[in-house]
Amino acid sequence: MPHKIISKKQLSEDVFTAEVEAPLIAQARKPGQFVIISLNNEYSERIPLTIAGADVDKGTITLIWQRVGKTTAEMADLKQGDEIANVAGPLGRPTHIEKFGSVVCVGGGIGNAPLLPITRALKKAGNKITSILGARTRELMILEEEFAQTSDELIITTDDGSHGRKALVTEPLEELCRRDEKPARAFVIGPAIMMKFCCAVTKRFDVPTQVSLNTIMVDGTGMCGGCRIEFDNKPKFVCVDGPEFDGHKVNFDLMMKRLDAYKELEQERHEKYKEHRCKIGLDQ
Amino acid sequence: MSEDKNNELLQHLLEKQKAAPLKPAERFEIPGRDMPEQNPDVRRTNVSEVALGYTETQARIEAMRCLQCKKAPCMKGCPVKIRIADFVAAITEGEYDQALAIIKENSLLPSVCGRVCPQEVQCQETCTVGLKFKDPTKAVSIGRLERFVADLGRNSDALPAVAPDTGMKVAIIGSGPGGIVAAADTRRAGHDVTVFEAFHKPGGVMVYGIPEFRLPKAIVQEEIDTLTKMGVKIVCNFVVGRTRTIEQLMKEDGFDAVYIGVGAGLPRFMGIEGESLVGVFSANEYLTRANLMRAYDYGKGADTPIVSSKKVAVVGGGNVAIDSARTAVRLGAEKVYLVYRRTEKEMPARVEEVHHAKQEGIEFHILQSPKRIIGDENSRVTAIECLKYELGEPDDSGRRRPLPIEGSEFTLDVDTVIIAIGNGANPLLAQTTPGLEFNKWGNIVVDENCKTS
Ligand SMILES: Cc1cc2nc3c(=O)[nH]c(=O)nc-3n(C[C@H](O)[C@H](O)[C@H](O)COP(=O)(O)OP(=O)(O)OC[C@H]3O[C@@H](n4cnc5c(N)ncnc54)[C@H](O)[C@@H]3O)c2cc1C
Ligand SMILES: Cc1cc2nc3c(=O)[nH]c(=O)nc-3n(C[C@H](O)[C@H](O)[C@H](O)COP(=O)(O)OP(=O)(O)OC[C@H]3O[C@@H](n4cnc5c(N)ncnc54)[C@H](O)[C@@H]3O)c2cc1C
Ligand code: SF4
Ligand code: SF4
Ligand code: FES
Repeated sequence: MPHKIISKKQLSEDVFTAEVEAPLIAQARKPGQFVIISLNNEYSERIPLTIAGADVDKGTITLIWQRVGKTTAEMADLKQGDEIANVAGPLGRPTHIEKFGSVVCVGGGIGNAPLLPITRALKKAGNKITSILGARTRELMILEEEFAQTSDELIITTDDGSHGRKALVTEPLEELCRRDEKPARAFVIGPAIMMKFCCAVTKRFDVPTQVSLNTIMVDGTGMCGGCRIEFDNKPKFVCVDGPEFDGHKVNFDLMMKRLDAYKELEQERHEKYKEHRCKIGLDQ
Repeated sequence: MSEDKNNELLQHLLEKQKAAPLKPAERFEIPGRDMPEQNPDVRRTNVSEVALGYTETQARIEAMRCLQCKKAPCMKGCPVKIRIADFVAAITEGEYDQALAIIKENSLLPSVCGRVCPQEVQCQETCTVGLKFKDPTKAVSIGRLERFVADLGRNSDALPAVAPDTGMKVAIIGSGPGGIVAAADTRRAGHDVTVFEAFHKPGGVMVYGIPEFRLPKAIVQEEIDTLTKMGVKIVCNFVVGRTRTIEQLMKEDGFDAVYIGVGAGLPRFMGIEGESLVGVFSANEYLTRANLMRAYDYGKGADTPIVSSKKVAVVGGGNVAIDSARTAVRLGAEKVYLVYRRTEKEMPARVEEVHHAKQEGIEFHILQSPKRIIGDENSRVTAIECLKYELGEPDDSGRRRPLPIEGSEFTLDVDTVIIAIGNGANPLLAQTTPGLEFNKWGNIVVDENCKTS
């Protein structure tokens, strides 16, 4: 059963969002879960994307993705009314939501997308929310308004100072941890390197930290082990044991190396797709 | 033997048979027909099927080797109890449609079973002819004959008969061979059947695991089409336990019964140093990338990448290990080692596949097992350190237990390691189905009627 794109928008140069028909998933999904999509049956790659939101009445889920390679670029070229052949989910364990007190939610780049539904659920559960959102530069900041609505305090950082504070997210995070009333818990989603350094900070201050990991996946149901990480020196499968983990026990260095396993092949493929787009006139 | 010679032999046997039925001694004298195969040097470079299938003449000669034993011991070895003597007799007569009809009384998947059943430990293990020669590979080649008639009948539209509607709704979880057989049986009984599959394509292990060169995907698709034509609904991208729970299926969606055929789940790793390095794969991942995602066509259309390996070590001795090793060869690896801690005799893989693997240049390292995997500063695999083993006293399974020889460490330089030592149970249904009993290994508990809680 193909899944129709009900609406689509560009959020920044490389970030897009779409509402996609998937009534059963809209009903079943909980914050923290993701879907695996593939664009056609024969040759397309299966890629994981977080469910950023859902509308049960309309029977749609919201996906937000960043154009980083061929599949996400192909998705960016889809239009309203086009169809995605396969959407499977919701996958992964839902985030454990409860009233912790005051929590800090840290998002980096596209990580803001998966962080949003979690932040909303934490707010709904009665937590006091401080959100820290970071991006390289102003144009890459997404979902700022949505976070403003669900946060009690919002801190924006950019690497180049074009928007908010000129800093990495770890700076305000450390300041928060130094406050008299330090956060009861931190939720951090972003590039692996950012999660690694955020965890180094919160560990020093003994603030329990949840991270959501974006390893390479194939099936998403626990069958292949391609998504495995080292957690507390033991293997764990991100798709069924996660995607959320206690960030203090994750071996981020190894995870980053595993993420790059196919880098050259993937880049080649993306370049070919870009050439192909030029030829068929998608690039004006 | 050339086709002319085969023809001559067949005519000769038919003449003889006209005079008087062949005696057992005469049948024993007919040499078994070898399976025509792609040349090993050629097939190393393609993914087309290795075993090409009998010609009609070969099939009829092979069928004449059958003694038509009264007690049909072969049937006892077959898990689905096909009337083997009868379908083989029909082949001798040239009545191929009839032969296929007999097989289809018991089996929906003859073109699959004929190819991948481990016949040498099932129907052919108990065959009288094989026993006479003390070698199941010299038995009547029941599987090959089954494949022959199944392939001939591939274009026919004949469908299994479906009983009138019972009004009962059955959900089948998983579309592997287990699920397909259950779906066909329940549909034949007249129930309204829906198969739920987590992947985007139905077929289970037949599409993600067993490679094209052993089981062409077009054949699997035809079997699935038969199901659909019988009125079975197949829903892909549906992860039971996540998209809907079993409880929802039964309480809200009106299913009266659920059959769980989800196959094996989490791949086992060895728990040795270096297993998370880049370049270490479970066989499931390696084979899924290669088969289901068609990574062998990467750059020619397919979007899923796979490592381009030069030297590969595969750990294990079952069909999955052999399939991984042979896939690595086809993906261009120059050296492929198969590391197994017992001896070749104990390998669970099919004899035929072990033979094929050797023909294709795979190097067998028996009585050896990895101790750790070694990587470089980028965490990429560079070598595997192994220990040598010797056989000790028999263990619970009656097989002699392999014992490590102290100080026998040595290393093999490799860039890829594929672990094929089996699977544990998938935790997904256990996590999401309260009340279903699982044992301590995570397998589902059934009572003597095979009903679950
Ligand atoms: C549970 C989970 C949830 C995710 N949610 C989202 C989401 O909501 N929005 C979103 O944009 N992305 C998300 N991702 C990441 C997304 O799956 C990848 O960006 C996507 O697979 C890239 O596919 P591609 O073919 O476009 O690029 P590829 O060509 O496959 O990759 C291009 C480059 O991106 C990097 N890359 C590859 N795979 C990943 C990955 N899984 N994560 C991060 N970088 C990767 C590699 O360095 C690679 O060189 C999620 C990943 C996981 C595991
Ligand atoms: C590489 C390989 C080679 C093999 N070679 C041989 C051979 O030569 N001879 C032989 O006899 N046997 C062989 N086997 C073993 C044989 O294939 C299996 O025993 C058999 O396929 C099991 O069938 P199944 O239907 O139980 O499971 P599977 O074929 O594994 O099918 C299970 C299906 O269920 C789906 N599923 C799982 N969880 C869910 C869920 N929650 N919701 C929906 N769907 C779900 C899976 O995606 C899968 O498609 C081989 C196995 C492998 C892996
Ligand atoms: S090949 Fe398999 S199905 Fe066919 S007779 Fe032998 S055991 Fe039975
Ligand atoms: S046991 Fe062998 S010889 Fe006897 S009927 Fe079966 S197939 Fe024929
Ligand atoms: S993606 Fe295959 S096990 Fe997680």
